[in-house]
Amino acid sequence: MPTKVRMEALSPTMEEGQVVKWLKSEGDSVTSGDIIAEIETDKATMELSARGDGVLRLILVAEGATAPVGDVIAVIAGPDEDISQFGASAGAGGPAEAADTAPPVAAPAQPSDAAAEAPAAPTTEAPTLEGPPAVEGGRIKASPLAKRLAADAGLDLSAVSGSGPAGRIVKRDIEVALTEGVAAPAPSPVPSALTSAADYEDLSLSQMRKTIARRLTESIGPVPHFFLTIDVDMGRAIEARHSINAMLEKEGRKISLNDLIIRATAAALRRHPACNAHWLGDAIRRFNRVHIGVAVAVEDGLITPIVRDADAKGVAQIGAEVREMAGRARERKLKPEEYTGATFSISNLGMFGIHEFTAVINPPEAGILAIGGVEETPVVENGQVVVRSRMRITMSCDHRVIDGATGAAFLATLREMLEEPGAMLV
Amino acid sequence: MAELTYREALNEALAEEMDRDDSVFILGEEVAEYDGAYKVSKGLLERFGDKRVVDTPISELGFTGLGVGAAMVGLRPVVEFMTFNFSILALDQVINSAAKMLHMSNGEIGVPMVFRGPTGAALQLGAQHSQACETWYAHAPGVKLVTPATPADAKGLLKAAIRDNDPVAVMEGELLYNVKGEVPDDDDFIVPLGVADRKREGDDVSIITHGRMVHVALQAAGQLAKEGIEADVLDLRSLRPLDVDAILETVARTNRAVYVEDGFPYVGIGAQIVSILMEEAFDDLDAPVLRVTQADIPMPYNKKLEAWTKPSAGRVVEACKKVLYAD
Repeated sequence: MPTKVRMEALSPTMEEGQVVKWLKSEGDSVTSGDIIAEIETDKATMELSARGDGVLRLILVAEGATAPVGDVIAVIAGPDEDISQFGASAGAGGPAEAADTAPPVAAPAQPSDAAAEAPAAPTTEAPTLEGPPAVEGGRIKASPLAKRLAADAGLDLSAVSGSGPAGRIVKRDIEVALTEGVAAPAPSPVPSALTSAADYEDLSLSQMRKTIARRLTESIGPVPHFFLTIDVDMGRAIEARHSINAMLEKEGRKISLNDLIIRATAAALRRHPACNAHWLGDAIRRFNRVHIGVAVAVEDGLITPIVRDADAKGVAQIGAEVREMAGRARERKLKPEEYTGATFSISNLGMFGIHEFTAVINPPEAGILAIGGVEETPVVENGQVVVRSRMRITMSCDHRVIDGATGAAFLATLREMLEEPGAMLV
Repeated sequence: MAELTYREALNEALAEEMDRDDSVFILGEEVAEYDGAYKVSKGLLERFGDKRVVDTPISELGFTGLGVGAAMVGLRPVVEFMTFNFSILALDQVINSAAKMLHMSNGEIGVPMVFRGPTGAALQLGAQHSQACETWYAHAPGVKLVTPATPADAKGLLKAAIRDNDPVAVMEGELLYNVKGEVPDDDDFIVPLGVADRKREGDDVSIITHGRMVHVALQAAGQLAKEGIEADVLDLRSLRPLDVDAILETVARTNRAVYVEDGFPYVGIGAQIVSILMEEAFDDLDAPVLRVTQADIPMPYNKKLEAWTKPSAGRVVEACKKVLYAD
């Protein structure tokens, strides 16, 4: 029986994919596991593997064209097998014709003329009319409860890996996906390390906390944001950066102010765990580890690679990780586990000349910092006007998790650390 | 409250209802002179006389028909079957007469009677005397069916059954007659038909069951608790009418269910419960509902084979872990 090559959900939020390049041509033989195409998702360029053996008989979506997740984009079959059901007539169906028009996809549920005329209709073919995106060549198996919970949370089941029998997605998988971001398609040490229960503590919601959550959500929408702004004197941080860079110079390495800000934020979160938390709907998850998502602008969007355990890493290492991941983010090569599972985020638009701004929280995280640029500013000190390097930070807080005083205390610690970087060592 | 055996609780129920209502009388094999095969009617012949406590020939179809006739003309007979296994002989009177009379008489002739006796397997009584008969009775509209698991439920349900205006089967258990428990001594204590009872509270998995299997379920729940799994044990108590709300409530909380019964699996009571859960609780289920039942074979006489054939706490634990995806 021919194997349909489908557009797979290669990222948690992918709805359609663009074929960047076919690595096999029509007529090439392929074995299961061979990389046959590069697919650009909403987040990265990923590899698509064959899930059957035979000959790549038919390419239905040309390079440059897009197809929705679940659609058949090619057919693998035996060299002489009948694939007329896919609308293949000898020599026709060349991929080039399809280049930049609408997705030229042969949906099996809507037979083309050729298929309609074919005497032997493919009655043994499993109906794929309303099947969700193919995963492992079949439908997604999920318990009714898991489906309901996923629908309620707006979670795409194709991005969740199932832990039940035969890969069935069950309640606990949805809970994990909602709190830690969807799991990577391939096993990865990082997300599994994240699932350790010792890494966080779930606090049940008090009646007051529930009321605050409900009332404030009614007021502003799904995530009730509020904003706290501070000015930070960055003089000492700039000095620290210079002296660190002088030390690193012979190794050819250097750090940026942003790396110091990441490190200071992580250290401050360690002292204010109430801000290092996720909103779970029926509980608040307070993390014992600090994973900072760093917003990186990419063409047509942004993505937040994560510096894991940022409170336990040196500034130089943080800098190296951020630059390496940002580079790959721009090439759209980040793996899903590298941009899901942050406990807090930072967005820095200082380099774009932004004085101050507010950032939108990335749920289920409870807070994000919006960092403005460092500017020479006249400041009154002891009755004298002096010039200082000032930077404005605005923190967006999810009021269901963080109250004003909680956020303010965190920001005070953060300011202390940036104004006296030595405080991070204490 | 007094501590009574299940047997004494049934005896109290009979005595109190016979005292309260002259139309109540008992008939069956050896219920009078011998005090009943399991001594449930002990002392009642002496107290109420041989017009109200009547020994019958070994003729289940005959004396059950006699009971139906008596009920049709205004008495409230309590027919004792030595075991419900023998009542299979009387099923024509139960299903075709007692259950259908109200319907076929256009609501004019009710049959307020009780069938009672032990159901289910005891120990090494062989295939013909070791079966759970709930399905035979629950299948037909028109008969109510209750299965008390504790002395208090035995008393309260039997009294409710005697007072009910429809035919009610009260299925007891040979292995339950010596079980002791607190029983309210109020003469008007009844357990309403159609109300389930949560025998243990837990939020991880629902064990739904009835009759003697309640004790097996509680034993399994105890074993699960040692592993940190808290089971909700719901005793249906009444199989018709059925407390559907209680079933849906527990499953909505735990998202998984195991039905335990000592009847055969095929077209069993558990099959009915599974069907209800599929229709009414589909979106609450995180795992397929499992059943733990007698094996689908006539009961072997051999002791070890018999033990293997019956539902056990170990098998209930296994099923619970399976629906929890914990194995």
